[in-house]
Amino acid sequence: MTVVVGYIPDKYGEAALNAGIEEARRRGTGLVVVNATKGDALVDRRYVGEEGLAELESRLAGLDVGHEVRQAMGADVADEVLRVVDDTEAQVLVIGIRHRSPVGKMIMGSVAQQVLLDAPCPVLAVKPPG
Amino acid sequence: MDTLNLLADGLQSAFTLENLMYAAIGVLLGTFVGVLPGIGPAMAVALLLPITSGLDVTQSMIIFAGIYYGGMYGGSTTSILLNTPGESASVMTAIEGNKMAKRGRAAQALATAAIGSFIAGTIGTLLVAFFTPALAGQAVKVGAPSYFAIMLLSLVLVTSVLGASRLRGFIGLFMGLTIGLVGLDLSTGQARLTGGSLELADGIGIVVVAVGVFALGEALWTAAHLRRKPVDVIPVGRPFMGRDDWGRSWKPWLRGTALGFPFGAVPAGGAETPTFLSYITERKLAKPDAGFGEGAIEGVAGPEAANNASAAGMFVPLLALGLPVTATASILLAALTSYGIVPGPTLMTDQPDLVWTLLASLLIGNTLLLLINLPLAPLWARLLRIPRPQLYAGILFFASLGAYSVNQDPFDLALLLAFGLLGFAIRRFGIPVLPLILGVILGPLMEVKLREALDLSGGDISGLFNEPLAILCYVLIVLVLVAPIVLRRFGTPAQVLEEKETVR
Repeated sequence: MTVVVGYIPDKYGEAALNAGIEEARRRGTGLVVVNATKGDALVDRRYVGEEGLAELESRLAGLDVGHEVRQAMGADVADEVLRVVDDTEAQVLVIGIRHRSPVGKMIMGSVAQQVLLDAPCPVLAVKPPG
Repeated sequence: MDTLNLLADGLQSAFTLENLMYAAIGVLLGTFVGVLPGIGPAMAVALLLPITSGLDVTQSMIIFAGIYYGGMYGGSTTSILLNTPGESASVMTAIEGNKMAKRGRAAQALATAAIGSFIAGTIGTLLVAFFTPALAGQAVKVGAPSYFAIMLLSLVLVTSVLGASRLRGFIGLFMGLTIGLVGLDLSTGQARLTGGSLELADGIGIVVVAVGVFALGEALWTAAHLRRKPVDVIPVGRPFMGRDDWGRSWKPWLRGTALGFPFGAVPAGGAETPTFLSYITERKLAKPDAGFGEGAIEGVAGPEAANNASAAGMFVPLLALGLPVTATASILLAALTSYGIVPGPTLMTDQPDLVWTLLASLLIGNTLLLLINLPLAPLWARLLRIPRPQLYAGILFFASLGAYSVNQDPFDLALLLAFGLLGFAIRRFGIPVLPLILGVILGPLMEVKLREALDLSGGDISGLFNEPLAILCYVLIVLVLVAPIVLRRFGTPAQVLEEKETVR
């Protein structure tokens, strides 16, 4: 029984992580942080690199909740996140969401939308402050 | 002074707005393909070959030269920022360059690479302008037997000296020579290796081979390895150098140029050897406090200069002898031939305008490279975020368009696919692509010279050995083939081994 956080290294991911930590404390469960990439470009800013990973680990280590960081690579980022949700039998999934322009929605699929519709557990969608 | 006047004339004709635009296009495109790993200048030139056929020969040469120089420079960006060399010539740059970037000196590393490339490219191009006429003057006197021997020597050198495995090299070479044989025999009109197919009677177009092997082969290879863990990119601002960096860079630049140019001009020299030598030299000469191994600027400045100087050196044999020594050069040669221009010693006298305008535009392209790339470095780094499927879809589109547009014949598309599969196979089995493509291009040229030499001697085999230069070449060939076997018997000198290990 855990709280799963879909994490990317930007303000949306940070908002989700903070909300996820709160949620884990409130429920008294562990925390699983997922970071996934399609792996089809040489550089993916939304994938946590070696340095970022160490930083994330040390930040989580300073908390009072049990934690784990997982990284995944696959054709569909939403599927990778949901697989972790299934694996850990998560109570709740926390993701960060943002505004999309109509054109952006048409061209690029939305990972958040797919996660919201397909997740077997409740999803907590948060926005960065401000 | 004659050379300078001719070069000035060339500059004058290159300095039209149109030509400058083509130089800029070439340089931008070259940097684009240089930055992206897996796509090199050879592929870019092969893809553009059919597309530029509407331009006149000088302008397409200007574009191609820009692509070549730009590609050489672009490779350094990925080496420094990602530790992922875009092409083999940038491997040495990555060693110190990436360490500099990790220590927050990416801007200085990029700057010394760009300015070093500019200086080496400019000096190199001037050297080409001075050496080529002299060499061409001598080369006109060379007869068919020697010409055949020189080409054979360069094939053997490229095949056996470069690359890890000589067996693989020769497999590639013979594949290339076989492809070059397809078509009608020029003197008897007999169909060779056509399998009765009329479409193959004209021979296989070099565009189809080059595009298939370089572009399609690489696309298939990438598709087979589509998902890879993304690498960390080091953020970078506008490149600049401090006074101290200039002081530490200018000597390595000049030494790198001196090392790179001669290696570029000889077959099998390539850019790998001089960049390696330059790195070793700088490490030996550096003061102990230079911090080699932790990001010394000398280790970026030297190899980058060597890299671009060797790129310039390539033009000496290409323009003076019609002899390509790199994959890009061989496709440039094919491009020249497609305009009905006969490359070789007579090029300098037949097409002086073309040669001098080309050399002048190399100088211009080099300057543009510096002006464009210093401010654009952060933008180039963003290119690395392009997803592979989109990128290679574009490449496949251009590849098919190019192969089809040459003859407007669907059969060429089938051939393209066949060569794409061949390109995939040689990547899979580690067969080097350079001997293959040189075999395709030099094979038919060699055959012409061989026939000529044998016709002169009335079919007597001794006609191949009646010139001193030819005999010298054959002696060198034997030495190249035998020496490694003998050396292996006596063991590799321990010192060389040691150097190689530490560098790795």
